[in-house]
Amino acid sequence: MPLTLPFRPRRETYPPDMWTKCPSCSEMLFNKHLEKNLRVCGTCGHHFRISAKARLDQLLDAGSFRERDEGLASRDPLGFVDSKPYADRLVAAQLATGRRDAASWGFGAIGGRRVAICALDFGFMGGSMGSVVGEKVTRAAEGAFVERVALIVVSASGGARMQEGTLALMQLVKTIGALERLRAAGLPYISVLADPTTGGVFASFAALGDVNVAEPKALIGFAGARVSAGTIAEELPPGFQRSEFLFSHGFVDRIVTRADLRDELALLLALLGPAGATDATTGSVRRG
Amino acid sequence: MVDRLLGRPRDRETVPADPSPGVDPRDAVWARVQLARNPRRPHTLELVSHITDAFVELHGDRLFGDDGAMVGGPARIDGRRVMIVGHQKGADTDENIRRNFGMSKPEGFRKAIRLFELAERLGLPVVTFVDTPGAYPGAEAEERGVADAIARSIGAMTRLRVPIITLITGEGGSGGALAIAAGDVVVALENAVYAVISPEGCASILWRTTEKAPDAALAMRMSAQDQAELGVVDRVVPEPGEGAHVDAAETGRRLRAVILEELDKLAALSPDELVAKRGGRYRVFGAFDDLGINEPGPGGAERPGLADRLRRALEPMGKSVGDALGGRTGREARDARNTLDGRDPRESRDAREAREGRDGRDEPPAREEV
Repeated sequence: MPLTLPFRPRRETYPPDMWTKCPSCSEMLFNKHLEKNLRVCGTCGHHFRISAKARLDQLLDAGSFRERDEGLASRDPLGFVDSKPYADRLVAAQLATGRRDAASWGFGAIGGRRVAICALDFGFMGGSMGSVVGEKVTRAAEGAFVERVALIVVSASGGARMQEGTLALMQLVKTIGALERLRAAGLPYISVLADPTTGGVFASFAALGDVNVAEPKALIGFAGARVSAGTIAEELPPGFQRSEFLFSHGFVDRIVTRADLRDELALLLALLGPAGATDATTGSVRRG
Repeated sequence: MVDRLLGRPRDRETVPADPSPGVDPRDAVWARVQLARNPRRPHTLELVSHITDAFVELHGDRLFGDDGAMVGGPARIDGRRVMIVGHQKGADTDENIRRNFGMSKPEGFRKAIRLFELAERLGLPVVTFVDTPGAYPGAEAEERGVADAIARSIGAMTRLRVPIITLITGEGGSGGALAIAAGDVVVALENAVYAVISPEGCASILWRTTEKAPDAALAMRMSAQDQAELGVVDRVVPEPGEGAHVDAAETGRRLRAVILEELDKLAALSPDELVAKRGGRYRVFGAFDDLGINEPGPGGAERPGLADRLRRALEPMGKSVGDALGGRTGREARDARNTLDGRDPRESRDAREAREGRDGRDEPPAREEV
């Protein structure tokens, strides 16, 4: 049941733009074609950011997703106020996105194989991890543990949510603790890293996949590039903190385009997932 | 005297009120940030020299190199053998360059993991000293996987089968601090601070100027006292005089007494109980409401609730994990912990609240059962 609003989000009150300019190659892309192409530029292959809902729609077998804990909403534990109160920022983000926080989790199927899956939504306060995101990732891992299925988490996040202070920091321990229990139970965890995956999200569950799969040219790193450049005054290598950089340094197993991601996950689940789940194994071999 | 100063855990009277009356709370917290960063403040090795009777520093992560910003090794405190792991800042500019200002690189966190695992194998309790502005944010740290190293260090702590006491002695800077701060019990010195991001970093992002760092420090509630209120810190240890820097030896004596006391408490738990209780401590962090919207979905009705099944599945790990399911604020989490602690298992939270004259009216029910 989606969050019902007293009025439609602003995004829908105006006719949507017909064209989007690709930030990578400057090509003007017809929006309908862009959507059809999973929001990947047909000219240069730039992967646009997508919502958690779009991500789940793309990855899971049609109609298989059953969302859990959709009603979790943050409580502003610190009474945090910067130029705007956190409570107001939350409401604004909820109105803009129609979601309660930056993560969705539930059970679904990929290639007929049941998985617990959690997807982060960068559109909601930069996908930042506060209590709700940490709780949902944790419950997804616990759900996988209980049902003895594989876990997939798709990350797209700037990191821990500053407005929840150290309670956001504690989510790193909470999520990692749940992954440790999953690991001890012999169940695989696939971490999908989308643009961007940084800070406390990368330094917790996103880095710890038994298999780490990244989308091409996604920003993935611990410290924001500006922080690095600012505090250290160090020359940054080309392609610093991109998927390919992580791949060449051994922290990502595979870089997979969005069009191939679903098949890739289906194959990985067939090879690594717990035996006994319904099956649709393909015989393909993947290298490179 | 020391006993009186140390008091009992979470005994409010023993901790000086914060802020002092008449002082702008922003100035008060900023003064603490400055104290936590004071270069004359005793750092890990100096405190270790006052706390332990014997200590041998071990070097290297066996993978890449040795990180001067992270130190550790076996030690003896009052006849008890422990493993020390801590961030290390320098006392002067030369040493700070060697110590990288206490900012660990991946090899530092991997050295910590190595020492944690050695401690577990030999049955030594671990004592960690947290004092860092944060992990090193440079290119070489990214190349060698600083996020991976931090995540794995936290992972090692969550499964470690020996007691872990964490002391936040100075700056608790974000993930770089947390990498060695996921202890069974978290103790902070009075002028220590703990935050998800540096106040300057927070201010530059949310206020777009680092000049607002004191506002950010206040908003993030980063003082040790505030962290104790939130339940992130279990216990605050008063510092001598104007701060730890005026009397390092006395600071060490106070920390030593706390370490011994906490070691005694944790010694009563079996390794399984330790791991389950530590898991429970961190499982309950988070403040959220459940508006109770759950699509039942096909098959949903015939299955028992997730929480029930989890509780059953985790039964052998002790009751803490199952009980911990649910979002609670720091105070509720702490109460839950106290109960699990065995501090007073017979007394329910309601009973305790009634006894303490607190009715919890500011705390709505955490959430409905799934």
